[in-house]
Amino acid sequence: MKIETILAHAGLCTDEITGAISTPIYQTATFRHPAVGVSTGYDYSRTINPTREALEKTMAELEKGRRGFAFASGMAAITAVLMLFSSGDHLIVSDDLYGGTYRLFDKIFKQLGIQVTYVDTSNAALIREAIIPERTRGLFIETPTNPLMKITDLGELTGLAASKRLLTIVDNTFMTPCLQRPLEFGVDMVVHSGTKYLGGHNDVLAGVVVTRSLELSDKIGFIQNSTGGVLGPLDSWLVLRGLKTLALRIEKQQQNAEKIAEWLTQNRIVKQVYYPGLSDHPGHCIHKRQSTGFGAMLSFRVPDAAWAEKIINRIKLITFAESLGGVETLITYPVKQTHGDIPVEIREKIGVTDDLLRLSIGVEHVEDLIEDLEQAMAAKEQRP
Amino acid sequence: MKYATRILHNGGEVDPYAGALSIPIYQASTFHQYDVDNPGKYEYSRSGNPTREALEKTLAALENGTHAYAFSSGMAATSSSLAILKQGDHVVATADIYGGSYRILSRFFSKFGITTTFVDMTRLENIEKAIEPDSRLLFLESPSNPLLKITDLSGAVDIARKHNLITMIDNTFMSPYFQRPLDLGIDIVIHSATKFLGGHSDVIGGAVVTKSDELASQIYFIQNGFGAIPGPQDCWLLLRGIKTLKARMDLQQQSAMEIARWLKKQSWVRDVYYPGLPDHPGHEIISAQATGFGAVLSFRTGTVEQARRIMKNVRVWSVAVSLGGVESILSYPVKMSHASIPPVERQKLGITDELIRLSVGLEDAGDLIEDLEPK
Repeated sequence: MKIETILAHAGLCTDEITGAISTPIYQTATFRHPAVGVSTGYDYSRTINPTREALEKTMAELEKGRRGFAFASGMAAITAVLMLFSSGDHLIVSDDLYGGTYRLFDKIFKQLGIQVTYVDTSNAALIREAIIPERTRGLFIETPTNPLMKITDLGELTGLAASKRLLTIVDNTFMTPCLQRPLEFGVDMVVHSGTKYLGGHNDVLAGVVVTRSLELSDKIGFIQNSTGGVLGPLDSWLVLRGLKTLALRIEKQQQNAEKIAEWLTQNRIVKQVYYPGLSDHPGHCIHKRQSTGFGAMLSFRVPDAAWAEKIINRIKLITFAESLGGVETLITYPVKQTHGDIPVEIREKIGVTDDLLRLSIGVEHVEDLIEDLEQAMAAKEQRP
Repeated sequence: MKYATRILHNGGEVDPYAGALSIPIYQASTFHQYDVDNPGKYEYSRSGNPTREALEKTLAALENGTHAYAFSSGMAATSSSLAILKQGDHVVATADIYGGSYRILSRFFSKFGITTTFVDMTRLENIEKAIEPDSRLLFLESPSNPLLKITDLSGAVDIARKHNLITMIDNTFMSPYFQRPLDLGIDIVIHSATKFLGGHSDVIGGAVVTKSDELASQIYFIQNGFGAIPGPQDCWLLLRGIKTLKARMDLQQQSAMEIARWLKKQSWVRDVYYPGLPDHPGHEIISAQATGFGAVLSFRTGTVEQARRIMKNVRVWSVAVSLGGVESILSYPVKMSHASIPPVERQKLGITDELIRLSVGLEDAGDLIEDLEPK
């Protein structure tokens, strides 16, 4: 079945009693047992809830994985994955990644004895160098990375990981399973902030893990139930509802992003545009090979911080807010928002500096978006 | 202001924008920012959401705390609170702790170098004996689950202070209406809000309350870092449930007492565990540290067959996991809440195949009693 069809049918007709086309919202904590030792399959909603289950099954199908797991947020999903590891384990992580993930590694799991090396994972040689024999257990990457859109070769990554028996985890938030399915390249687990494209409407927080093997499915299921960072039934339903239009949204958002990326490269004040769809992007060819699209996230560099702030203050149609992936176009200032938790010296080293802006392109008409950016980036303020 | 009034009027109950007497459900993930240099009060819902904030303020007020944090489940509240510990730390926990808490301590935190000693805390000297140089946290539950054992909380706090330990209590069974551990010097109170706080078996949620600024900032850091937060709809349902906390608990407790007294007189019942009964070993202590005895009780039948027959025959009671709802729930700890504790350990704790736990709801007590009678 094609992905568009799976999406349109997400959670369709699971209610056999009424035949409701939309999965019911099972707003319940617990379930009655027909008799001692007899269960309907549902005991307690932390363990399994029918609405959440519909979402989890859809996610597994979309990512071509064995099982899906829904969490209260993207960070709760990543936390659950990290619970697989133990004190003394070492992980290799993309150096350019979402600030919340960095914070989780550096402030919380570090105290629990997990050691991390941050490398530019778009360079396999650097990953290889960072491996500590007998200690390195996992690779956690984003491709494209956030916010600098670096691309990692997934086939090369899993080849390397297999030879060293490392678990591979890919944050697939930026791409969605519509455009990229890392499990098909042998990646062990995919994580998502479901808040972003999957939900797609900036109205729900959610996280997802999809596993490739039965063994990992059992382990993540155990962690999900034990640590309890689960997604509520209404929020599960909202993500399911969002998924139905994912293919339409991402196609339109991507079209808009391609046009805006082109336009930005022509703009006088733009120093650099980071979008894997541009043919001179260093990861363009690899990305093209492993995904079916370039997504709708892009970053660009302006002359200095003053310009960045000026643009943010001048934009009218585009919303200045944290987050991404929704139908509304958002502009984010990574140094102050999404990546504020990363120490300044690391940010400087990887290039997340105060002249960098990130755009999450929505489904508005592209000409309106360009017009808004144009007036915000004009040398002089335009008078109405 | 009397406590019953405070449950309804604690400052967060009116929406300042429209004046609505019910806080709106802010089903938003992110918030528009007006100024690059001065972020607004709300930026991203994982870090702060107005509906969740209203719930958190109410929870803080109910527990006489200053900071409260809501979580996606009681277990998320417990794991997030324990995550303030670091590799090498030691925990002293009560022996008949909730099975889910036992599981995260023994299966997850143990992997991260955090060790736990489980002791019977009805005797305070057991706590003292279990303390090691690396001990950092004392994890209490009183009444305990499912045997309703009572720990002298002030006594436990004294020991913890002497050894510089953080004290944390699971206050789910009592709810803040009957017991406010922060007033007794406990540092952190956790709840499965799924139970009495929500009260309707319709939402999964957790809560952590403290009045220490330092612990609060550590717990907030984990709440935002781990991100195991409840969605706005679930927060709103909890707020709605809390409005009737007193009314529910008063009636549920009254029926629980009636059922406990009745069970006590039945020949097929071997033991009844309810701290409201004057001969319960912890009765005096709980009377001094709480204003009620709650609505959860357990009892042991003479034989396993008798226990199974009751479960098979009940019509009014729901046989289910969970507790604290308006519906009466009968559960079987060995197969349900405490299944994750190894059988040997369970046996030692007295969680045997003859043990049944009751969570008494709002039905007529006479109907509930009649339904338990051997047919």
